[in-house]
Parts: sequence; C-alpha cells; structure tokens
Amino acid sequence: MSVYLDHAATTPLRPEVLQAMQPYLTEHFGNPSSIHGIGRQARLGLDEAREAVAQALGAKPREIVFTGGGTEADNLAIKGAAWAASARGRELVVSSIEHKAVTQSVAVMERYGFRTTWLAVDRYGRVDPADVASAIGEHTTLVSVMYANNEVGSVQPVAEIGAICRQGGALFHVDAVQAAGFLPLDVDALGADLLSLSGHKLHGPKGVGALFVRQGTALLAQQSGGAQERQRRAGTENVAAAVGFAQALQLAQQERAHEGARLAALRDSLIAEMAALPGVSLTGHPTERLPNSASFVIDGVEGGDLVAALDLEGIAASTGSACTTGSAEPSHVLLAMGLEPEVAHGSLRLTLGRGNDEDDVRLTVEATRRVLERMRGAGERRPEVASV
Amino acid sequence: MGRVVAAMSGGVDSSVAAALLAQDAATSGDEVIGVWMRLHPDRGEGWEASRSCCSPDAADDARRVAQIAGIPFFVLNLEREFGARVIDAFADGYLEGATPNPCQTCNQYIKFDELLRRGLAAYGAERVATGHYARVDKVGQQYLLRTAADADKDQTYFLWVLDQEQLAHTAFPLGELTKPQVRGIAADLGLPTAHKPESQEICFVPAGDYRALLAERRGYDGEPGPIVDAEGTRVGTHTGYAHYTVGQRHGLGVALGEAVYVREVRPGSNTVVIGSRQEVAAQQFAVDGRRFVAGEPPAERFAAHVRIRHRAPAVRAEVTLVGDERFAVETAEPVWAPAPGQAAVLYQDDICLGGGRIARAQ
Repeated sequence: MSVYLDHAATTPLRPEVLQAMQPYLTEHFGNPSSIHGIGRQARLGLDEAREAVAQALGAKPREIVFTGGGTEADNLAIKGAAWAASARGRELVVSSIEHKAVTQSVAVMERYGFRTTWLAVDRYGRVDPADVASAIGEHTTLVSVMYANNEVGSVQPVAEIGAICRQGGALFHVDAVQAAGFLPLDVDALGADLLSLSGHKLHGPKGVGALFVRQGTALLAQQSGGAQERQRRAGTENVAAAVGFAQALQLAQQERAHEGARLAALRDSLIAEMAALPGVSLTGHPTERLPNSASFVIDGVEGGDLVAALDLEGIAASTGSACTTGSAEPSHVLLAMGLEPEVAHGSLRLTLGRGNDEDDVRLTVEATRRVLERMRGAGERRPEVASV
Repeated sequence: MGRVVAAMSGGVDSSVAAALLAQDAATSGDEVIGVWMRLHPDRGEGWEASRSCCSPDAADDARRVAQIAGIPFFVLNLEREFGARVIDAFADGYLEGATPNPCQTCNQYIKFDELLRRGLAAYGAERVATGHYARVDKVGQQYLLRTAADADKDQTYFLWVLDQEQLAHTAFPLGELTKPQVRGIAADLGLPTAHKPESQEICFVPAGDYRALLAERRGYDGEPGPIVDAEGTRVGTHTGYAHYTVGQRHGLGVALGEAVYVREVRPGSNTVVIGSRQEVAAQQFAVDGRRFVAGEPPAERFAAHVRIRHRAPAVRAEVTLVGDERFAVETAEPVWAPAPGQAAVLYQDDICLGGGRIARAQ
C-alpha cells in the first residue's frame, strides 16, 4: 500500500508527456541555434512548445522565456526586473508568504541597497489588496505576490492586486508555480507583467519552467553567454524538457475544470475527516484554496516526526515546503499568518493529484489517526529520564 | 518482529551498526530505520549560505550508507534540544570552573532520551541502536551494561548514565566487535565511510577551541586574573579562569623550573591554582549526582574499579555512599588529576555499575 499525497512537492511525469519528449531526446537531438536541418527540427519543437505555453497564458510566444525551473523563473523575474528598473527606483513590495525562491532573491537585492516593504497576510494567509495600494510609493518598481501559496494553498486576489500595480506604475510579478493547472492563467486578466511557471508541478519534467515577460518589460539577464531566449536566458535550450512542459501545461489546461472539481471534492472530504481527529486544525483559507491542497497544524506533534511516521505507514506527505526539510525554523508562512512557533512546528501538508481517489483519503485519515494515537500515547508511557 | 531506529552520525561505527542491523533484519523480520540528527547549525557553501536546504557532509554520508543498507532514512532536527541540553551545559560547566562531558550529556539527554522517545512514539520503534562500543545483557529481570569486547574502544565511560528503562530499549550492535573488524565490514559492504578518520574532537567545537563558544553562547570573553601556587603566591596571569581545566599543562605561561599543572579553577575569585605532578594527583575524591545502572547501589560500601576519564585505566578503589547523592572514592594508587565535572565511572569486572560527577574539593 502506498499513497502519494505530496503533489505540491512534485508530480509523476504523464505518459503522454514522456511520449512527446522522446523524439527530442533521441533523433531530434539538434541544437535549435544550428543552421542545418537537424538543428531546424529541434527549433521546430522549441517554437511549438513556446507557442503552446504562450497560448495557455493568453500571451505572445516572444513573451515566454524558458528557464531551468520555477526557482530560476522567480530569480530572473525579481533580480532581472529590479535591476533593469533600478534607475527609476529601488523599492520592492513583496508578500511575506512568498516561496523562498522569491524571498531569497529579494534578500540578495537588499544587499545591493534595494528596500523592501513586506506585505502582511491575514490569518488565512491572504494579502489585502488595500495594503498593496498603500505600500506602492513613488520609487516602487516591482510588486511580487504569489498566485496560490505552496504551503497552505491560499489563493491570493491577484487580479485586484494587478490592477492596483498598473495604477501605481509598478511591475507585477506573479509566482504561479503552484496555481498552474488549477487556476486560470490569463496574464491580461491577472494584470501580470511577469509570471513564473514550473514543469514538474503539473506532471511535466523537472528542470524546466518558464517566465512570462510582458512585451516592453526590461529585464537584466541573470545568465550570460548566448543570444537564446531573446538574450534573456543564455544557454542551449533544453528542447525535450520544454516540449514536455508545454505538453503537460496543455493537458492540465484542457482537463482543468473537470479535474479541479474532482480534486476539490476529495480535498473537502480529506479536510473534514482530518479536522475531526483530535488536535488537528486546518490552516489556510477554508474555501479560497487550491483544489488539491489540504494543510493542518497538529497539537503537540513535531511535523517532521508525523511525516516520517506516515511514511512508514505508506503515506507520502510533507510538513509544508520540501525546501525547508531539516530546518529548525518553523514555516515563515505559518508565522506570517500569526501562528505561534510551537504551533507552527506541528504542520502537515497533504496535496492531492491525478492518481488519488477516495480510498487514498480513507487510508490517509486512518493512518494519521493510528499514528497520532501512538505518538500521544507513547509520550506518556515513558517517564521523563531524571536528570543527574 | 519490530522496528529499530539506527542513530547514524555519518561515521564508520554507526554506519556499520546500521548495516549489520539491516542484514539481520532480512532474517529476523525487523524493520530498521536510519536517523541522522541535526544537532548544531552547519554553514552552507554558497554566498547566501543559510541553514536550510544544505545538509552537511556527515548527513550525506549517513544517507548514502542508508541507501546501500536499503533502509529508510530520516533527518531529525534536534538543534534546539542539543543547544540547550548539551552546548549550553558545556559552556556553563566551564563557567562553573568544571570540565564538562558533552558526549555523556548527549547520550543522556539526546540519543537515549529525545531520540529514544521520538523513535518509540513517532516511528513505533522498540529500540534505538547506536554505534557505541558497549554491550547490554539481560540477566533475569536486570539489564546489565557491560564493557565492549574491544577494551581499547570501550565507551561505557559515556554511557553510565543509562537506566534500566533506557537499556531495555537500547542495542549496541558493535559490542562484540573490534575496530579493525568494523572497518573490515565497512570495506566489505562498500560503505563510503569505511576509511573515514576517527573524530576525536567535540563535534560542535571546531578545532578544539571552546573559548569562542564561551564568548558566543554566554558572552564570556575572559578577564585576566592570578595564577597562584599551593601557598597562594602569585606566579603568573591567566586570560580568564574558564579557559583552564584541571590537569592542563600547556598555555599557562609559568616557568617555575619543574612542570606545573592546573590543580584547581576558582570561578568566584577568578583564580587558577597550579601544582606539581604529585600535588595534582589524588587518592581520595568526592563524587556527586550518583546514579546506578541497576537503579540501586550494590552496597553502602563496596570495592570497585573507577575510571575518571575516557581511556584512562580503571583503578581499584573503595566506594562509600555519602548521603543521598554522593559517594566518596579512595583509590588504591594515586589517580591523575580528578577534574570536577568529569565522570567517575564504577566497574566490577566488565560490568559498568554507574557513577557520578567528580565534585569540587571542599
């Protein structure tokens, strides 16, 4: 028995995606920049992939920059746009619940003298658009608010924020890595000037992502060495990965309405049954959340212990972000939502995906009940060792 | 059939202990779970070096061994517990003029308490196994802590604090093996840790310099004060009492013709007392905070062998209980520099009876 409930960390490659990639890993091995026919074949795959991604976003192909993943897309957006606009201003406005790909990119800019206004969130992990309006000043060049949070799944009012940014004359970056595949991605409706995507979160390959860069948005490349991606990302393109990513994004968009409703129903029963267990409380917004995301804090339990215990029961879960495993610091997202550090240590994230069904929900709830009983019982069974 | 947590440090001993358990598990039906404990911060290598997402080399080695042994592997973060129970206690020991024993406090509070409790609770395990050289035997209803078959490597000096409840849930797979045998097994299994050099220093004190740690953890920078001889005559100046330990010879900056050693550290007056080799040795000393592995002392007064530092010979002695917490030790021959704070561990043959901490001279 094995249940995978960590789709926010990564997802398995879909067979259709692998099939689409295969020719570009074998016979169409060319370099898209080559003059000859073999190169042109690779270029064809890359161009079609770019068109497909652009179409999914309501964007132009030239506005799509393929990157080595979502983290690179965030880095390029924050550092690239902040530097390019630095003659005009050096002030950034960023939500306090961004992924570390954003917060640590911002931290690097702060070392160069950029200043940041960190946006608070409410107890559900949502940014108030009014806060964005008051945070944007004369020298603000860039605002970054994620579409949906990776730890608690809360969906942000990005379209409202986008309109405010346009009015305030600041660029708007949206990290849509977790939202893609579940929420509409029309960049005009969102008011996004920059938008980050990742392949492996939506059943595509790892090591590929994309940054949407609205035409006319100046960007300082973070990687030098070639004219690829319109001089915004040097290096020979990872053609097969771009093809797979585009295929995965297309499939996700096509199936979004149907699969989203199915997952939302599963999520709701998962949340209801988990929250009925003693000491388990939901984190994030009860309804304004990703259809696949359920997140909790659990009284008196270390999240990492619980996840290890669930793994031994055949349930693959997470404490929150896969990138902070082994860290002593509680989640910055939960702290920003006002949770006490002791409470935040007991976090558990369960994220559903295409392969999951009602049985998985049942098995997960049963395993959690079993493990929690043991963890709580054992805490009392063994007396504290007397100190010397 | 049960689960056992193998504590893996990334060194050769705990690697082989885990691998041996995994081999046995194939026939016994046990399930072995590898755990590496993050005990203190480790800087990353990038310019943006931070504590998240960068695992130190030791964790990498432990993970590779777990992969080769075919067991699940988890990282357990015990930085807070280790910081408070071991590192702070270590610093406080020096500030009290004592010589702390961090490996023993780590065993007492981290490996055989925190890890044991978490292992039992979270992983549903029945035992914690470590790569210590020591043996546990059950005789009747009693768990006995016995010295390792390899007397050279015996580590009971750091394990005397374990009680019956802890020993009931403890396994030492290396107890019957010698170090060369352990290295041989590691090489045969192709473990990446097979030829790793022995680590002698304290894991959280790089290069053995604990002075920086006293400054960082407790704001102790050291204030110069007098070095005096047995008669109280000032013979030199020290950099701060907590920088000195009983038995220390080097770094005193005192030239008196004969070799001198730190005999006593007095925090109250910021004084370091020195003495000759004979003056630093002792045949009688008091021990505080006594504990016995069996739960009870063997008698009010009994003969035993006592060891007052790791790898020092165990010396024949008479032990007399004093009050509820103490015992007095009289050794058959002088022992070198009993240092307050260090453990005095008692043995009868190869059985470790327990011990206590050497008390400050009254």
